[in-house]
Amino acid sequence: MTLATPTKTNQSNLTCTPLLNLRCKECGAEYEPKATHVCELCFGPLEVTYDYEAIKNRVSRATIQAGPNSIWRYRDFLPVTSAEPIDVGTGMTPLIKSKRLAQRLGLKNLYIKNDAVNMPTLSFKDRVVSVALTRAKELGFTTVSCASTGNLANSTAAIAAHAGLDCCVFIPSDLEAGKVLGTLIYNPTVMAVKGNYDQVNRLCCEVANTHGWGFVNINLRPYYSEGSKTLGFEVAEQLGWKLPDHIVAPLASGSLYTKIYKGFQEFVKVGLVEDKHVKFSGAQAEGCSPIAQAFAEKRDFITPVKPDTIAKSLAIGNPADGIYALELAEKTGGHIASVTDAEIIAAIKLLAETEGIFTETAGGTTIAVLQKLVAEGKIDPEETTVVYITGNGLKTQEAVQGCIGEPFTIEAKLDSFERAYERSQTLDRLEWQPVLV
Amino acid sequence: MSVTVLIPTPLQQFTKDKATLECGGGTIAELIESLETNCPGIKARICDEAGKPRRFLNLYVNSEDIRFLNGTETPLQDGDEVSIVPAVAGG
Repeated sequence: MTLATPTKTNQSNLTCTPLLNLRCKECGAEYEPKATHVCELCFGPLEVTYDYEAIKNRVSRATIQAGPNSIWRYRDFLPVTSAEPIDVGTGMTPLIKSKRLAQRLGLKNLYIKNDAVNMPTLSFKDRVVSVALTRAKELGFTTVSCASTGNLANSTAAIAAHAGLDCCVFIPSDLEAGKVLGTLIYNPTVMAVKGNYDQVNRLCCEVANTHGWGFVNINLRPYYSEGSKTLGFEVAEQLGWKLPDHIVAPLASGSLYTKIYKGFQEFVKVGLVEDKHVKFSGAQAEGCSPIAQAFAEKRDFITPVKPDTIAKSLAIGNPADGIYALELAEKTGGHIASVTDAEIIAAIKLLAETEGIFTETAGGTTIAVLQKLVAEGKIDPEETTVVYITGNGLKTQEAVQGCIGEPFTIEAKLDSFERAYERSQTLDRLEWQPVLV
Repeated sequence: MSVTVLIPTPLQQFTKDKATLECGGGTIAELIESLETNCPGIKARICDEAGKPRRFLNLYVNSEDIRFLNGTETPLQDGDEVSIVPAVAGG
């Protein structure tokens, strides 16, 4: 076991951020805050520890509100030491009080946390990557990398470009075109691996062993994952420094879900919000639902699966934080459910039609599970419920193509428009798609 | 008979910092015993007190997770590649 010592990198940039060390979540062994992610003794995950007393003395609602309009307003809770972390405007995305979707579902206090408009690459991954690449620079890395289902590759490539870091990303070769293009544009090296995400991830673990790169979700994972806490912080602040009653979030590795909880707990710990019981519910696609299956069978272990779903951003068959997600749902009285691909598409359309938010398949999964839990009476209509939308629909257009109709093609003449408009009022939209009027 | 074993960084202290080893064994269980003979102390890190691979460690034979094969009884053939990979990664 290595004893904890403060990081010695970039001494000139050090602030008094109370980052302490890394601690094994399983056996408690402690390590220096370097680029390492698992315990040498038991292979349990390492987590950053903080001096919460010091944070409590430094931070108040006022100091946070006076901070930047980005995740860095919460920098005392994030594992970096630089005076100037990489700030590309990530975070502080809208928390929208839902009217029409809430009405449709019969909920009275539904909020949508909309990371489909997160900056710079339109998913929650910009949060974790901003933190990971700031830490990567502090630790002296010049090349950064990741194993990605798409959104992470977009974000790593974009923020690496901004920070002047070399970048090599790994993705499954069957990703949606928008996610591939949305990575290539930043000019990283892109490896499209013939295989599913779990195979990409295993390969990256082997590459991380032999190349001295900073893999954001492997050897930098303890820092990276902390970025997701900001989805908890922001919701608490945007609700007027209150915690919700219930949250529904998508589950891929389970990291986001567990870190939202950690974010809430930290705000309670330093006195920024009152303690409250929050139920944590999670969403998976039926074609890749190892955590939902374990939850349904009341197991305390995850059996890996081979993914087969349109929700590619959630297609992790062997989720790293699956058991922690399972524990959290049990502990808080939440639920973990799965939905079919057809339900995911219908939910993407429902969110778009009722709220004007175009989400990707992960968001469709989350909305479909929200619907399901409401229908099953597992969400009280009075509860303050927050649903997390984590990605943008423009990246997964293939998923809805063929399910949303086509425009009317008309002549540039008034009567052509009038005939077309009349038809549009009498026919179902999907029926008039091939018509030239 | 020889298989190639990919060793993760936290276990390389037992392999004189080598990232790959050539090793024998007709099954995964036998391979672990063979690793222990060559690199004393490594088995206690790979396996828990019950002798099963630790829950935060994944083992693969030619890129396939042994949980999709026959677990520690998965047979090995000459030239196979076995990867030992910490489970907590990705996402």
